[in-house]
Amino acid sequence: MDKYYIGIDIGSISTKAVMINQDRKIIASEYLWTEGNPIEATKKVITKLKEKMPIKNPKIYGVGTTGSARNLVGSVVGANIIKNEITAHAIGTLSIYPDVRTILEIGGQDSKIIILNQGIVVDYAMNTLCAAGTGAFLSSQSKRLGIDISDMGDIALSSKNPSKIAARCTVFAESDLVHKAQIGHKKEDLVAGLCNSVVKNYLNNLSRGKKIKDRVVFQGGVSKNKGVIKAFENELDTQIFVDENSHLMGALGIAILSQKANKEEKELAFDFNIQDIDFKTLGVECKGCSNNCEIVYIYKNGNVIDKMGGRCEKFNLVEAKSS
Amino acid sequence: MQKDKKFVVSFPHIGNYYIPIYNLLKKLIDEETTRILIPEKMSKNTIDVGSKSSPEFICIPFKYNMGNYIESLNRGANVLIQAGGGCRYGYYAEIQEQILRDMGYKFTYITLLDPEGINILNVYHKFHSINPKLKLKDFVSYFLFTIKVIHILDEFETYIRENMVFEKEKGNLEKIHQSFLEELKNVNSYKELYFIKNKYFKLAKSVRKEDNQENYIKIGIVGELYTSMEPFSSLFLEKELATMGCLTKRYTTVTYLLFEKGKAQNKLLNKASKYVNYALGADGLESIAHTLELINDGYDGIIHIKPFGCTPEINAMPILQKISQDENIPIIYFTFDSQTSEVGIKTRLEAFYDMLVMRKENLNRNGREIYG
Repeated sequence: MDKYYIGIDIGSISTKAVMINQDRKIIASEYLWTEGNPIEATKKVITKLKEKMPIKNPKIYGVGTTGSARNLVGSVVGANIIKNEITAHAIGTLSIYPDVRTILEIGGQDSKIIILNQGIVVDYAMNTLCAAGTGAFLSSQSKRLGIDISDMGDIALSSKNPSKIAARCTVFAESDLVHKAQIGHKKEDLVAGLCNSVVKNYLNNLSRGKKIKDRVVFQGGVSKNKGVIKAFENELDTQIFVDENSHLMGALGIAILSQKANKEEKELAFDFNIQDIDFKTLGVECKGCSNNCEIVYIYKNGNVIDKMGGRCEKFNLVEAKSS
Repeated sequence: MQKDKKFVVSFPHIGNYYIPIYNLLKKLIDEETTRILIPEKMSKNTIDVGSKSSPEFICIPFKYNMGNYIESLNRGANVLIQAGGGCRYGYYAEIQEQILRDMGYKFTYITLLDPEGINILNVYHKFHSINPKLKLKDFVSYFLFTIKVIHILDEFETYIRENMVFEKEKGNLEKIHQSFLEELKNVNSYKELYFIKNKYFKLAKSVRKEDNQENYIKIGIVGELYTSMEPFSSLFLEKELATMGCLTKRYTTVTYLLFEKGKAQNKLLNKASKYVNYALGADGLESIAHTLELINDGYDGIIHIKPFGCTPEINAMPILQKISQDENIPIIYFTFDSQTSEVGIKTRLEAFYDMLVMRKENLNRNGREIYG
């Protein structure tokens, strides 16, 4: 009997899910927007996965969640492992490029760099306070320029003379962009300039004091943008590898981790018909002390299945009324 | 309503040091005219009101101090105490006093450290002004007693911190810790003090712990003093690490800062001579020398913490990055400001922990170094 594992990566912008077999090969995957509602996005992504999978009623032996909504979705789907996205990305990438030394990752709201050696994460950094080097910035600027985000890469590649656009901060970058547009720079030059500025910002923020060694793998949603890939290649003067599933690495990684975590190889009671289950969340302020922690209750068909958000044990005493 | 005392004395929080401060102040004042007001427990409200009335770009301890002051002033305090120190901290007092006066509060402001350093006689005169009955001889002996209280508090808390992770049933040490603090608050003599010490060490040592204490991930914490000693400001970083199963060590305690730091300066410079030739101000040199010491002691990783904009620690960071490369040891850096969401911190801590576990497993398996 074949065993299957599901990995879900719920980011702030997009939600990704993969289903792998026991040889860790992706057999179905889905990518869609989170739209500020991780539970709804999870329902959709699992329904899509069900439509896409080549077999009926697969036996699920592991479910993992990662990304910024990992804890919430983890209890909703009954995950057997919940892990941070840094570890998940490293594991996912290693399964495709065992010799990877540097992972560049740019997602919707954050970006990270992971340095590995002989299959071990030895250093990492994650941006903390800057949106300049992320997908959200590119997407807002593509709207300003009136182009589709998915065309951005090709447009950038057609530029012969990229505009110089400030890299330090989105505010500066944006005013640079507006200014250069108004004095007549071509659209493709502006787009190429934007891609360069994202890369410069990323390297300034994240790779300080880190040595970027080959092989360099680039992933996350922004890795679909050829203009950014080229900007990385120019800036780092090395070949950048981008897998066709580069946007799914986190989901793949957590699926593999769910396989590793299920040591007893017990089958999980995973329900693909999650669309029909009613999940509700309810935020309640704990009045135990002046911290007023926001406790989130998760209801499945009207019953509490989990609560989270407290800093101490007091929040266990808070009672919530289902609405 | 009962008429309040003439003087209501309050001070800012840092960790559990309100205990010795309260204990000392209670002895220094005249109970007929004065009462001590322990500031409210640190909360979101503290940092909210503190940030509102602080310069945006000031380092975070300033904002917490302001929050403590305002919460106390609103509960009737009219005498405020501030310490002072070697960095921007040295200028806190003047600015805080001015802001609070501009806000319309009326109070007496006592600073313990003058720009030249601490002068016990000056401090005595300041307290004498609110308690004319206070004798110099008593003042000195209370002061010495408080030093001992701080000593024992630090000793006990260090034990709790370093053993929390071994606990079999979580939460027992925390309970012992709380009742220890409660008793320490009103200790009056050396005899009582030693009695409390022995009693609680015995209790803490009798808590059931894991027998095998070898294979834990060991993490050293270095950096700025306020974020090191006030758990609320570091979003309970040490507790978080203990829950994950990490053994942590930090050097920074009040005992260290007041009584060991001065003596250790030359030794630290010596130890760090490969990287620095002079002190970087505040605890910058400590961060470097202690990192080297922790690496030497076989720690698996280092966490460096600081408030946003802390100049001495920013100076230390490039040097720490160099050490991280030279010695092949992971160091992560956390900067704290007025944010109260610990999600970002948790993600990074968890990833750091996973990374250290992976490194350690690999090291044990292959018996050789992995270079980053």
